[in-house]
Amino acid sequence: MLTGVNAAMGRREYKQGMIFRALSSLSLAAFLVAGALVPAHAAPDGALLYARNCAACHGADGRGGVGVPLALPDFLATAPDEYLRKTIRLGRPGRVMPAFPHLSDAEVDAIVRHIRSFAPGVRPRRLPEGPVHGDPKRGAKLYARHCAACHGPDGEGGKGTGVTFSRPRDLPIIAPALNNPGFLAAASDAQIKATLMWGRKGTPMPSFLKQGLSERDIDDIVAFVRSFERRPHERRAALKDEPPVLVRESASDYAATVENVKQAVAGQNFRLIRVQPLEQGFFPEGEASRAETIVYFCNFNFLYKALAVDPRVGLFLPCRVTVVERGGKVLVMSINPKRLAALFNNEELDELCERMRGVYEAILEDSTL
Amino acid sequence: MSARLLPKALYALAAGAALLLGLTAARADELVMVRSLQAFPETMLTLQEAIRRHGYVISRVQRVDVGLTRMGYKTDLYRVVFYGKPEEIRRLRRDYPDLIPYLPLKLSVFAENGQTLVVGVRPVALWAFFDHPELFDVFARWDRDLQSILDEVREAR
Repeated sequence: MLTGVNAAMGRREYKQGMIFRALSSLSLAAFLVAGALVPAHAAPDGALLYARNCAACHGADGRGGVGVPLALPDFLATAPDEYLRKTIRLGRPGRVMPAFPHLSDAEVDAIVRHIRSFAPGVRPRRLPEGPVHGDPKRGAKLYARHCAACHGPDGEGGKGTGVTFSRPRDLPIIAPALNNPGFLAAASDAQIKATLMWGRKGTPMPSFLKQGLSERDIDDIVAFVRSFERRPHERRAALKDEPPVLVRESASDYAATVENVKQAVAGQNFRLIRVQPLEQGFFPEGEASRAETIVYFCNFNFLYKALAVDPRVGLFLPCRVTVVERGGKVLVMSINPKRLAALFNNEELDELCERMRGVYEAILEDSTL
Repeated sequence: MSARLLPKALYALAAGAALLLGLTAARADELVMVRSLQAFPETMLTLQEAIRRHGYVISRVQRVDVGLTRMGYKTDLYRVVFYGKPEEIRRLRRDYPDLIPYLPLKLSVFAENGQTLVVGVRPVALWAFFDHPELFDVFARWDRDLQSILDEVREAR
């Protein structure tokens, strides 16, 4: 039960929420009315939707890049429309592939049709429905021997995102994470079995029938892969509770604090890149305020590893701490990499961001004591 | 209606209006990434021209690849472009000190297979970070500008 101030805040927020929802509903209603006015033949443009939502990762021609290549005939032959639809809807939680919950069914279908157009002669094979029955314990042993080297011992997939820094250019694909809840929800048993049986030309995935496995062996592997569904996966929700900014008040004056930050940076084995006012580059020299000083720094080994995990980490770069003077107080501030990690949908990156948060905390502590 | 809520409410209306006009490109999450069909130097040029055309100043281009190469790491081209509007940066850093670590705005640009990727955090993602009514409008405007800038990059040939 809410009491006192909390109750008042609760009522106020409830009221505000209702107003906001009402206005949002109005907007939605207006949108729906507008939708009704659009001619019925104005079907979603799959090529345009693909260009806006998919091409950056999967390539304009579907040949892949950050994301897996979609134009492979073998992929399109074993990927039913429902798999593509669910993949678009659910994404791959914790991997680079985002979810697209806001797209309408018609828009998703238009994207699927566009993906199919990459290999016009290829129709998806009709695959049996229902579960594949196998022995997951036996499948675990077969998986360890035949699959784990690429897909990881726990189905966590290949390292990295598949872009420039993550892999040699001659490899077309990073092995998918088979334990991913998005993958498991999208892929049927029959689809996983078909991929194991026939392999996928144009990728390192071989046909395991040709590798000497029996259909029973393959069924057992499918049963083991399906067992990933019963393992806990979600570990990212707490990231959104992290504060966006890390701040400490310094016991020293402004100039001394800047020097302290430089020393603290070196103490964490980071290289000082440059020290500059926040406004530098925006105003002519001499006119830029000196009330905030940015200290930029880098550990190139760490950076190189981080870029291999996710090339988008440039958005964190270079590492920086800002010294700010306000109302007689000297503050040392940084972004909180752990909070920003929540934007990236990449669990491997989460771990690096956790480490970076530790580095920032240490620099802030060392420079303000 | 409180002043605190008003910008959110107005944004809801504005978002509805934008949907009506078909102005919003469908985007998945809080990051935005576009692939330019131009090579890296041309994309950098297109991007910087687009940023300036939208009234922003580029304060610096960080050559990440140069630093890595100097330290002996093999890497493809990778730059970070910092930009903002001078007077706005000045006002925001003065009025909202907690925003300072996120200023100026930036975009990462990196080469891949003869094409170029440009990636940024959507400014509206900052709504979850900073609960200042005025900033809702600022982030929404930055977001619109960013989408427009990236549309230019995507469509450049």
